[in-house]
Amino acid sequence: MVLMLALRRLTRYAPALLAGLALLSFVAASSGQTRGAAPNQPSAAAAKPGRGPAPTLTAPTTPSKAPSPDGFIQRWLLLQPIPANGLTDSQVQAIVKKEYFPGQFTVVPRDGDKVKVGDAELVWHAMDTKLYNVNLYHFAYALNKPTSNVLFWAVTIIQCPRELRNVRLAIGSNAASVWWLNGKEVIGIYGDRQTTIDDGVSKRLTLNKGPNILRAAIVNGGGATDFCARFLDEEDRPVKDFTVTVIPQDK
Amino acid sequence: MRNERKRLLPWALLATVLPLASLLWALDGQIGIHDPSTIMFCNGKYYTYGTGGTALVSDDGWIWRAGTRPPRSGMAPDVIKVGDRYYMYISRNVGAQPRAEINMIWSKSLDPESPDYKWEEGGIVASSDGVEDCNAIDPGAFLDPTDGRLWLTYGSYFGYIRLIELDPKTGKRLNPNVPPVNIGINLEATTLIYHDGWYYLLGTRGSCCRGADSGYNIRVGRAKKVTGPYLDHTGLDMLRGGGKLLIGSGGRVIGAGHFGLIDLGDGVQKFSMHWEADLDRGGASVLDIRPLLWKDGWPVAGENAKPGTYVIESVRTGTVLELAVEGVPVGGRRAGRGGPAAGAPAAAPGAGRGEPGAPAGAGAAGAQGPPAGRGMFGGIGGVIPDQDVAQVSVNWPAGPVDARMANYLCQAQQKWTLTPVPNAGGYLGSPYFKITIAGTDRTLAATEDAELVVLPAFTGGPEQLWRLDQLTDGTWRIMPKAVPGSKQPLALSAVGASFVTLAKFDPKSDKQRWLLKTP
Repeated sequence: MVLMLALRRLTRYAPALLAGLALLSFVAASSGQTRGAAPNQPSAAAAKPGRGPAPTLTAPTTPSKAPSPDGFIQRWLLLQPIPANGLTDSQVQAIVKKEYFPGQFTVVPRDGDKVKVGDAELVWHAMDTKLYNVNLYHFAYALNKPTSNVLFWAVTIIQCPRELRNVRLAIGSNAASVWWLNGKEVIGIYGDRQTTIDDGVSKRLTLNKGPNILRAAIVNGGGATDFCARFLDEEDRPVKDFTVTVIPQDK
Repeated sequence: MRNERKRLLPWALLATVLPLASLLWALDGQIGIHDPSTIMFCNGKYYTYGTGGTALVSDDGWIWRAGTRPPRSGMAPDVIKVGDRYYMYISRNVGAQPRAEINMIWSKSLDPESPDYKWEEGGIVASSDGVEDCNAIDPGAFLDPTDGRLWLTYGSYFGYIRLIELDPKTGKRLNPNVPPVNIGINLEATTLIYHDGWYYLLGTRGSCCRGADSGYNIRVGRAKKVTGPYLDHTGLDMLRGGGKLLIGSGGRVIGAGHFGLIDLGDGVQKFSMHWEADLDRGGASVLDIRPLLWKDGWPVAGENAKPGTYVIESVRTGTVLELAVEGVPVGGRRAGRGGPAAGAPAAAPGAGRGEPGAPAGAGAAGAQGPPAGRGMFGGIGGVIPDQDVAQVSVNWPAGPVDARMANYLCQAQQKWTLTPVPNAGGYLGSPYFKITIAGTDRTLAATEDAELVVLPAFTGGPEQLWRLDQLTDGTWRIMPKAVPGSKQPLALSAVGASFVTLAKFDPKSDKQRWLLKTP
């Protein structure tokens, strides 16, 4: 019985083990391919060196980025992870409402900005994802940062050519997450959950003409962690009439 | 078998004034009727007519009252609207059975208050001479949606069920020299409907007019042509006694007869009928309205929403409607992924993991590993009772709370009680319901921005009254009676996997289709 259980566990986790091995081999093969800019380098306070670029994330090379054909937002500023523990509704709310750094709910950081959280200096990184989702495990692993029991902050700027009424923010996250649009909390999903497209959906919102600040806090328990986000119209079709920007390092 | 209705005509008059009890999940008001005609909607009201001149009218399809008798009465009338005319077909015996005839009258309105309310005689459209193999009573009118041709079925046990074609412009017999087509036997109260490329012949079989001893039941066969042959699900021709059961006796009602289709559009169909004996109304014959479902190409009688406690599951997402509060695992929380660590919220009074002396299923307990010796999968031993909402709700916010959706975990905030609301009106076949978290008065309500909220208590507003229509696939459409500031009818709608809103009903989507499951 014990042997069967062990085999069952091995079978269950085999894909993850294989993925981990593949990631390690990828990192090994691609070492030295870091883009050299500050965002993908570990912060000055980091005790360990970075492991190279995340396979699904790249530094932005254009001033703005359209959403994907399915409407997913693929450009974000990501803050290096903050230790956090707890996934229930109340725990997540307590985690994300704690102030870790000044202007936490209002700041629109620039690529490479640093914040002090406790004794650690954490860096904001501008990232484009190649996929519909933003793989935070890749992000943190590449920086040699913890991936479990952590809080990630993510910010992006939605540039709308016109006001868009009655749209909904639709997100998925692994694990829990809380989302703010223009400073207003609009979604909270809780518990140990996997990313599902359009898992959490806000009530009807208005995207202002011009910049709109979308902010997210993702809390992970253990294992993989990622998120995806897009806007949907009244018919649940993806909204694509906007561009996404982040503030680059030199501005 | 002989038709018994002729000698029961005085009963029909009595039935309309029976002092009927207000039963919360049967139709309300004066619903005594036998052989109801297909329900018509005219000038904002529903109308049906029965044997003996009975007329019933309703503003909402739930509460009925006596209506205005038509100028011609008889047995088992049927009504159909073609163009701007309502044609009523009424049968009568004109001698010893089976000598009978069917007359037609027509009016441009069924509303006696309307200037268009004026019945005109249209003459005899069908008859039986007392010798031929037919008893020309129990007409059923059918307008073929594929070509606009108008048909009438008739007949009652003695001989054949027959089909003749009528003129849609006049309601009269189209070609009197064309002999009727025999399409069934051993039936009465027949009618035709069309669905998805098939014609369906519905008729009533069994003994009539014997109260609780009536064996009435509604049968159905189908054909590719309106003239038949109508075969049942076993391939037996209805001309040889075939017929698949649609609905028979059940619960506290006996003897189902006289099908009439009510097509509400948007994929919502219901049917009218009568019960020979409603045991809760002294065995009187009463009107009923049921959802009409379709399964494997056959009509199936559905059920109106019943009071009770349910899990409301989205067909689209598989997640269930819940109060947006932090759930507590049944039996208490234990350590592990997603479990609380230091700083977890305080446990509810009496919270625990089901240990002796601690109320199991209670509030947000602290981290607890499996009992020693039982291992990860050994449970806690003994029976874990259902969650006590009084205990877990102590941590819930007192004011309005959002609604959302989640995987079903047998938790208290995921169980909803449907309760008919007295004196709040209703809709075809049902009263309005309030939807509350089981064991509480926390009430699901529509908001003025067409979203949802769970209020601390039910106060009776129209935004807190809910209509539940069973759709043709057996799932449910759930709609508030009113959305503040909106005239558009909206339905409970899944949006994403974990959220719920109100949106216009789309019959082609599964977003507004819900399952009512027993917890």
